[in-house]
Amino acid sequence: MRVLVTGASGLLGREVTGLLVRQGHAVTTFQRRPASVDGAADLSGSVTDDTAVRRAVAGAEAVIHLAAKVSFTGRAADFDEVNVDGTRRLLRAARDAGVRDLVFVSSPSVANSGAAIAGLGAEPADPARAHGDYSRTKAEAELLALAADSPDFRVAAVRPHIVWGPGDTQLVERVLERAGRGRLPLLDAGAALIDTTYVDNAASAIVAALHRIEHIHGRALVITNGEPRPVGELLAGICAAGGVPAPSWRVPGRLARAAGSVVEKLWARSGRSDEPPMTRFLAEQLSTAHWFDQRETRELLDWTPAVSLDDGLARLAKHYGSLCGGA
Amino acid sequence: MVTADWTGVDPEWSRDIDVASTSAADEPGTLRRWHLLDNGAQLARRGLTPAGTLLCVHGNPTWSYLWRTLLAAGSDPAHPWRVMAVDQLDMGFSERTGTFRRLADRINDLGDLTAALGLDGPVVTVGHDWGGVISLGWALAHPQQLAGVVLTNTAVHQPPGSPIPPALRLALHPAVHRWGTTTSDTFLRVTHSLARPPLAEDVRSAFMAPYRGAGRRAGVGNFVADIPADASHPSFPALTRVAEGLRRLSVPALMLWGPRDPIFSDRYLKDLISRLPHAKVHRFEGAGHLVAEDRDIAAPVFDWLAERGRDSNPADGPAPVNPAPEPPMPEPSTPAPGTGLAPLWAPLTGLAAGPHAGDTAVAEMAAEGSVARSLSWQELERNITALAAGLQESGVRQGSRVSLMVPPGVDLTVVLYACLRLGAVVVVADAGLGTRGLNRAVKGATPDYLIGIDKALAAASVLGWPGRRISVRDLPAARRRVLAVETSLAALARRGATLSPDPGEAPAPGPDSPAAVLFTSGSTGPAKGVVYTHRQLAAMRDTVAATLAIRPGARLVAGFAPFALLGPALGAVSVTPAMDVTAPRTLTARALADAAAAIDATVVFASPAALRNVLATQGRLDGAGHEALGRVELLLSAGAPIPASLLAEVQRLLPRASLHTPYGMTEALPVTDISFEQICAAEADAAAGTVAGAGNGVCVGRPVHGARVAVIPLDADGSAPGNRPVTQPGLTGEILVSAPHVKESYDRLWLTQRESVRTAGWHRTGDVGHFDAAGRLWVEGRLAHVVTAPGAVVTPVGAEQAIERLDAVGLAAVVGVGPAGTQAVVAVVETIPPVRRAGPAAPYLAGRVRDAARQAGVSVSAVLTVPSQPTDIRHNAKIDRVRLSRWASAVLAGGRPGTP
Repeated sequence: MRVLVTGASGLLGREVTGLLVRQGHAVTTFQRRPASVDGAADLSGSVTDDTAVRRAVAGAEAVIHLAAKVSFTGRAADFDEVNVDGTRRLLRAARDAGVRDLVFVSSPSVANSGAAIAGLGAEPADPARAHGDYSRTKAEAELLALAADSPDFRVAAVRPHIVWGPGDTQLVERVLERAGRGRLPLLDAGAALIDTTYVDNAASAIVAALHRIEHIHGRALVITNGEPRPVGELLAGICAAGGVPAPSWRVPGRLARAAGSVVEKLWARSGRSDEPPMTRFLAEQLSTAHWFDQRETRELLDWTPAVSLDDGLARLAKHYGSLCGGA
Repeated sequence: MVTADWTGVDPEWSRDIDVASTSAADEPGTLRRWHLLDNGAQLARRGLTPAGTLLCVHGNPTWSYLWRTLLAAGSDPAHPWRVMAVDQLDMGFSERTGTFRRLADRINDLGDLTAALGLDGPVVTVGHDWGGVISLGWALAHPQQLAGVVLTNTAVHQPPGSPIPPALRLALHPAVHRWGTTTSDTFLRVTHSLARPPLAEDVRSAFMAPYRGAGRRAGVGNFVADIPADASHPSFPALTRVAEGLRRLSVPALMLWGPRDPIFSDRYLKDLISRLPHAKVHRFEGAGHLVAEDRDIAAPVFDWLAERGRDSNPADGPAPVNPAPEPPMPEPSTPAPGTGLAPLWAPLTGLAAGPHAGDTAVAEMAAEGSVARSLSWQELERNITALAAGLQESGVRQGSRVSLMVPPGVDLTVVLYACLRLGAVVVVADAGLGTRGLNRAVKGATPDYLIGIDKALAAASVLGWPGRRISVRDLPAARRRVLAVETSLAALARRGATLSPDPGEAPAPGPDSPAAVLFTSGSTGPAKGVVYTHRQLAAMRDTVAATLAIRPGARLVAGFAPFALLGPALGAVSVTPAMDVTAPRTLTARALADAAAAIDATVVFASPAALRNVLATQGRLDGAGHEALGRVELLLSAGAPIPASLLAEVQRLLPRASLHTPYGMTEALPVTDISFEQICAAEADAAAGTVAGAGNGVCVGRPVHGARVAVIPLDADGSAPGNRPVTQPGLTGEILVSAPHVKESYDRLWLTQRESVRTAGWHRTGDVGHFDAAGRLWVEGRLAHVVTAPGAVVTPVGAEQAIERLDAVGLAAVVGVGPAGTQAVVAVVETIPPVRRAGPAAPYLAGRVRDAARQAGVSVSAVLTVPSQPTDIRHNAKIDRVRLSRWASAVLAGGRPGTP
């Protein structure tokens, strides 16, 4: 099968590309800078560029769309341009080019209004209630993608929750960097139960979604390891794997959420491009439960995570050369 | 026809009809317009033939809307019944007549209506509040049609000597009455506010709909004014006719009750039960006056309708279609029913007449180690006879309920056996329930007499417990007045001793008449009253005697109430150690040894909590104490699981004793038995993995003499819906027991009782467990505590035991959070030393706990630590996992830990 993977330079995109290549598919990647995955052809370009997008989808039978602006901060218009307009552009080009199937890689935050999620499935995406520009634009994009689903152009959305692994810059590097500088607090008692997805599992689920699209097109599925853990323990595990001391100081969650909002706005106004120390989104992620009912996902995808949380932490420890791996 | 949109009401049910009135309140020939909710036309349109008619009568100030769930259920093609819920005249959407209609008018009105409707076929009346009396008035006037009566929170009689409820007194007060009931809608609002949980806004608004405006509320005020507060009231004769007429009713009756009712409290329920003793009764704990709103009454009403005519005790129903493979059945030890049952007290009477009549029978210890009081067999027999005579003279009869609030010891033994001999039903709810639990239990059981020590009588005064009060000792007159105590056991015994014994006066109670109501510990929901007959109590005695080989002449230290009472019935000498029996932890090694020495004890009964304290205080034991304990041959401990490590320590203290830990529950004492050696063997089997099914739980051994035990396998959703008891090794399910000493029923909990005997011939214990290949039962926890993780039904005990084996961990509890079927498993642990604040466990401990649970096959998501587990008062061992689960859910959602 000829597959186009957008956004393959990131941790998850590389993993998805590699897996498809190993399965014997002809894979082309499309992103702003070369992904350089062995066995895959690289095509440079942005989803904001119509010509580049049309060139990328030409000849593809299937598309896995990972390209997105992922950040806790940034200008709203930038998110709209990449995540919403970019997806719309890709959908149109793919359909025009006769692509048969498309997997849209989404995020559980598209249906998250900030309240705790304990054991729910994939609730409908809701841009109006999603917190932050990333979640809002991903929600809009997911709605666009699923609306494009038809018998001739099958579209499914998968929402891996907090993907991490060796080389991950979104969670692991941030946690280690902040914890290393003593800037990572535990919110409340650090007891919020959080489910995450080890990168290999996220990749295998996304590829499974493509293979099983007949059963899942037109809908969204949340993907996780199915191993919820208290956030404090999770962060401690990552820190141990990375060889830095675990966070020990505590901040009330409500205070952090409020402060996060303020800091986020000040940061944006001051024009700084680096990440602020605490955003409302991060505060919510770290202080409320996010774990999901995985029964339907596993049944529909005929998939189970191959790497357990503890195995994943051990691999992380190996990656960082730390001796104290495991939980 | 009223066309408004009322939540839960099909507009098709609403109809009006003009009826010629024959009531005294109206001129002859007057037509009155009625509104009713009636599904008759709808059933006919659908071609459904109803089994009969439910004639539903609301009270004040509600209307037919109250019965909407019955209408919906009656329209179900699975069990069609015509349901006719009327709006009484001047009420609901029926005519405002401008007359004052009294009870007799209202009963007659209802007859006018059913005559006009040409109602035929069997009719079951359903009534609530003052509608209850009116429905019963109709019932008595239509015996040919009457097929049954259903009553919810109502009354037909003001019990003598008790004033009408304060809430009604207030509503009747001249200064309040018109304003409270008619001018304003206060009476309506107050009534609606009695709903538990509160009414939804649309429901509240529907209840208010027909009563908007003072002009629509005259009936509400008149209804209140027509309550006969005393014999001079014009409606008193009509009420009395209904109340007395009830005694003639033999049709099936069902009473569904909300006990949290400031008006129709449990004493009115008791009065109704005395008039309709055959009624099925269910009290919905926590529900109030508007029980039809607070709970689903439609399902039980239609279940009852379906069972009417059949024998409604499923235990006597037909055998299951696929009978289970019979578990091994030991030879029965008790005589077959009806063939020469030896009453509970038979051995006692025998000993009192025999050569050992002068030997000590019962004794109690003083704190300093000497015998405080004792009675010989002859004295015991004499005291019981005298007290029975005294109690009988003061009015205690067969079936009288006597609440005993007397600590174990000589006094309790005497009064207990005196009551049993009279055929009175003893109500035993111990202080281990806590004040709230005890209060609920006593009020629900509505004793006729309350016999108690000072503390209990004081609580009775403060909390308004029902029953004529009798103290244990003579009290000073002033104290007696304060506590409203009529007499004392001492005085009754003195009086009884002067009465000439007349055996003809008090016929011995029949073997199948109720003997006792024993309350469950309440560690798994509100305490339930468990009814035992004389036959079942005697069977309990025989089971204990046969299983544990306790014979007349045995000498036992009774440190645990339930078994203590059996001592005299077993013909065993009993001594009560010096301890606060409401707190088992207060039994010291010294007190136990003193009691053992006093009678040269061969048997010791002690709760697990008591044993822990005995071990903790064994350092203060002298040589004589060790010697006395060294002579003990049998130690029994029951009520909560005991770890083998604890038993090993007990064994060192009582080196000659065989240690037994029977398993059972208030509903069946005991179910299985196991000795310390057998526990060790079972644990070795579990560790070796050589016996299929060994492990994952607490091994409680094999069924006791005369008992059969089996399980109903669990489904993937964690329930045990089947009806086929099995004993295959390794199959986890709800534990069922069948034995002659299993309870008769739950008291005033008809639905709970039906559920518990859903599998004909068996009692469903609510515990879960499995058998091993050697026929031993392993208990895995409570059915209600089963966790349903994705693809795994997790019973808590196995993983908890594995976790508790870690050093630095005390009590552990495994609970689930999140939706059923996809729950996350949470381990909540006590640490040694205890943490100061509850919260997530440190990663190192969490990892160890997780690994330990994984060894037991359970994947734990989160580990929380608590300073101490929430346990029951009685045993300090049963963890309230439902509460823990709620707490863990909040914490793991990101809330503040607080305390569980």
